[in-house]
Amino acid sequence: MAVNLLRRIGIFILTAFVASILVFLLLSVVPGDPARAQLGTDASQAEVDALQQRLGLNRPVPLRYLLWLGGLLHGDLGTSFVTRQSVTPEVMNALQVSLLLVVAGMLVAVIIAIPLGTMSAMRQGRADGVVLSALSQIGISIPNFLMALLLVVVLAVRWGVAPASGWVAPAISPGGFLAHLILPALALGIVRGAILSRYTRSAVLDIQRDDFMRTARAKGLTSGRALWRHGLRNALIPVVTVTGVEFSGLLVGAVVIETVFVIPGLGSLLLQSVANRDMAEVQAVVMVIVFMVLLINLLVDLAYTIIDPRLRSAR
Amino acid sequence: MTLSGNPSGAPLEPDTRIDPGGSQPTPVLTVRDLRVGTAHTEILHGLNLTINGGERVGLIGESGSGKSITCLSAMGLLPDNLSTGGSIRLAGIEENLLEMPEAALAPLRGSRMSMVFQEPMTALNPLQRVGRQVAEVIDIHGHGQSHQSSSARAVELLDSVGIPDPGRAAQAFPHQLSGGQRQRVMLAMAMANTPDLLFADEPTTALDVTVQAQVLELMRRQVREAGSSLLFITHDLAIVAEICERVLIMRHGELVEQGPIDRVFSDPQHPYTKALLAASGLEVNPSTGRLVTLADLTAGPVVDPQPGSEGEAAPRDPADRPERTPFRIHESLPDGHQGTIVFNRAPASSGLAPAMVQVTELTRTYLRPGRGLKGPTKVPALRGVSFDVREGQHFGIVGESGCGKSTLLRMLTGLERDGSGSVQIGGREVVGQRERNLRWLRQEVQIVFQDPMGSLDPRMRVEDIVTESLIGVPRSERRERAQKILLDVDLPADAVDRYPHEFSGGQRQRIAIARALVNSPRILVADEAVSALDVSVRAQVLNLLSDLVDAYGLTLLFVSHDLHVVRHVCDTVAVMKAGRIIECGPTDEVYDSPQHPYTASLIRAVPTLQVA
Repeated sequence: MAVNLLRRIGIFILTAFVASILVFLLLSVVPGDPARAQLGTDASQAEVDALQQRLGLNRPVPLRYLLWLGGLLHGDLGTSFVTRQSVTPEVMNALQVSLLLVVAGMLVAVIIAIPLGTMSAMRQGRADGVVLSALSQIGISIPNFLMALLLVVVLAVRWGVAPASGWVAPAISPGGFLAHLILPALALGIVRGAILSRYTRSAVLDIQRDDFMRTARAKGLTSGRALWRHGLRNALIPVVTVTGVEFSGLLVGAVVIETVFVIPGLGSLLLQSVANRDMAEVQAVVMVIVFMVLLINLLVDLAYTIIDPRLRSAR
Repeated sequence: MTLSGNPSGAPLEPDTRIDPGGSQPTPVLTVRDLRVGTAHTEILHGLNLTINGGERVGLIGESGSGKSITCLSAMGLLPDNLSTGGSIRLAGIEENLLEMPEAALAPLRGSRMSMVFQEPMTALNPLQRVGRQVAEVIDIHGHGQSHQSSSARAVELLDSVGIPDPGRAAQAFPHQLSGGQRQRVMLAMAMANTPDLLFADEPTTALDVTVQAQVLELMRRQVREAGSSLLFITHDLAIVAEICERVLIMRHGELVEQGPIDRVFSDPQHPYTKALLAASGLEVNPSTGRLVTLADLTAGPVVDPQPGSEGEAAPRDPADRPERTPFRIHESLPDGHQGTIVFNRAPASSGLAPAMVQVTELTRTYLRPGRGLKGPTKVPALRGVSFDVREGQHFGIVGESGCGKSTLLRMLTGLERDGSGSVQIGGREVVGQRERNLRWLRQEVQIVFQDPMGSLDPRMRVEDIVTESLIGVPRSERRERAQKILLDVDLPADAVDRYPHEFSGGQRQRIAIARALVNSPRILVADEAVSALDVSVRAQVLNLLSDLVDAYGLTLLFVSHDLHVVRHVCDTVAVMKAGRIIECGPTDEVYDSPQHPYTASLIRAVPTLQVA
């Protein structure tokens, strides 16, 4: 178990390292000189050279990579080409916002999906089961932003239960933070929850066909209690996989929601830095996202080992 | 005991208590006019049966005959899409079990009646410790016992079913136990609350013969000590003879015959019972030398079995068998032997040509990923296997699961080419070759797999399946060859345009045989080729196989766990254990006077139709 954990962490570090090379190389081969881009077409070659010197762009690529990597290891994500200041605070703030938003959204999704998926599996073929299935189908077909706008119109504008947009850091005002989190978390969570409930439903249906569920009933459990005691944990395995994938996707994928609710998350920051042609910041954001996705995958892997004893001894 | 022709049945006193030792037989389970069906068809057509207190009853039938459905109806475990009619009554319960709501029926399961299933590998929850799963059945029906006491009781139960080190086994997860041990755990759960009635649905079908013998013995003892009644479902008549007193024969959703076991086996009344007995015993029609099949006996006037062959599971008389081996060598591996014996090799003095298949020092080791701090462990699957198979021989390989026979077979057919040693087919090496250099091998050696359901591509037409290996042959000729070979395996020529799912299991195995033979190989490898088939179909496929082997002049390599079938099919047999061949020789000699103690124990463990 401990060895397994160490191995997984080793793989995680190695992957992160390889990813850092790829991210760096990809963005340094993008055509267009960052210094020229900053100064505009009117600037003289001498001015461009001077800026290149100041930004360190005249150094060889491997050295620039090593300097960047060294910075990363010390928690320095690089210096913006535009503002000439460290991008670290800005990126870390955005990361914190995105993580809070996505965790809240996925929490809503799981809270919706597991009961809904389980119920629609258990009531399969009956009227209420069909209604539940149809509901989740509708949920899947609604685009994120439409759900967001609907929530704003109803909950914020008509009923006034939550602010329509903006973001308050939890450190400043916990109450304000929660109030501002409600709508975007719901907008994300309802749609993801609908998708996740389909997976939950099919996982539960599969489990109910398994032999050990019949054994559980033969022991004297009713079908509902057999599902509760033996089925759900087994059904959780595919659900955890999908949750991990959705979580990773949402870190950037929530950009539409961030835009609708004016939330300064990673997605918005990435858009903004691309628009500014600030390659240093783009690099920093992409690297942070890659790192988070790898981390989530590591956690999902560990979750499997906790759920499934067969994976503890094997592999 | 009440027979099926008594629809009124014995009136049930509501609070009959079961008294297994009593002189008056008391029915525990009474089934009257049980009908089960889907919206379109009826599966059970008005079944009547009674099981008395302490009685052990065998329910025999082929797949699809409705025997499992019968048990599941009583347990209330039928799939939702099946509807029921009639009545099932359990002693002491007033209502009809079929009409009881789930909430009222569930408490009876696991306490008054319980069930052991066929597949021990999947019947336990993989995520829960074994002890917890056993304790659960005590907790469900217990009346406020403490958690500790049910856990302690679980360990006792595991001990009582003969699991070594039960305290540790209780902490294990199911995947850490063997199939036989898991089935013991299932039995411990089923017997935990001393049920009045135990249903056992093919509980030993997935187990090796020696394990099967142990589990059957255990089950018989547990049931007797608890005074429970047993309804034992199986397709294997020999097992019923070992464990039951009374037998019910079922076909197409109806009981066709029932009675005390020795009467039914010695004097079967119904033609189907006769046919089933003949097919299970691999009985041979003395006039034709072929296996008696169901069709022989159920179609047209019923032929009485010849007086001499009755009840005897005799193989073909060795004298009738054409001599395929010009020498008879019967050898076994001495205890503790580490060197090499080349089994079945012609003595140098015989002046015969080299054997068709020469396997020398074949060794294959798998790496199992490490656990804990240990690195990967080596699992030897084959440990220096050497033997010859001569042209025209019918060479059987028997052994229990994990003995290495599947690995051996994969290496012989070039499906696996890593490992050390040598496999030569017709003088050409297979081990260590690249796959693309082995096209000649596919021409020489073809294989028929165990599972006729899984081994044919469901989206290909039979013609394409059968002729896929005929590369470069024009389409029209392919069709002709497909039709011809299908006639050879007794399928209609119009089968070419159909898909595998339109055929029964036996027919699909015929398609698989046709596919193997279409390119006229010299060696046919059959990997448990009849193990998934019902007994009646099995006889037909075996007859077909031996006809084709003769007609095509094939060398046959027949791998099976079923010693009975191997005895019938093969002239030479090799017994494998733990990656080695431990004994090899002419089949009748090996079976009649085994040299190695393991061979002897294997042969002893096979249930026979002889009634004790």
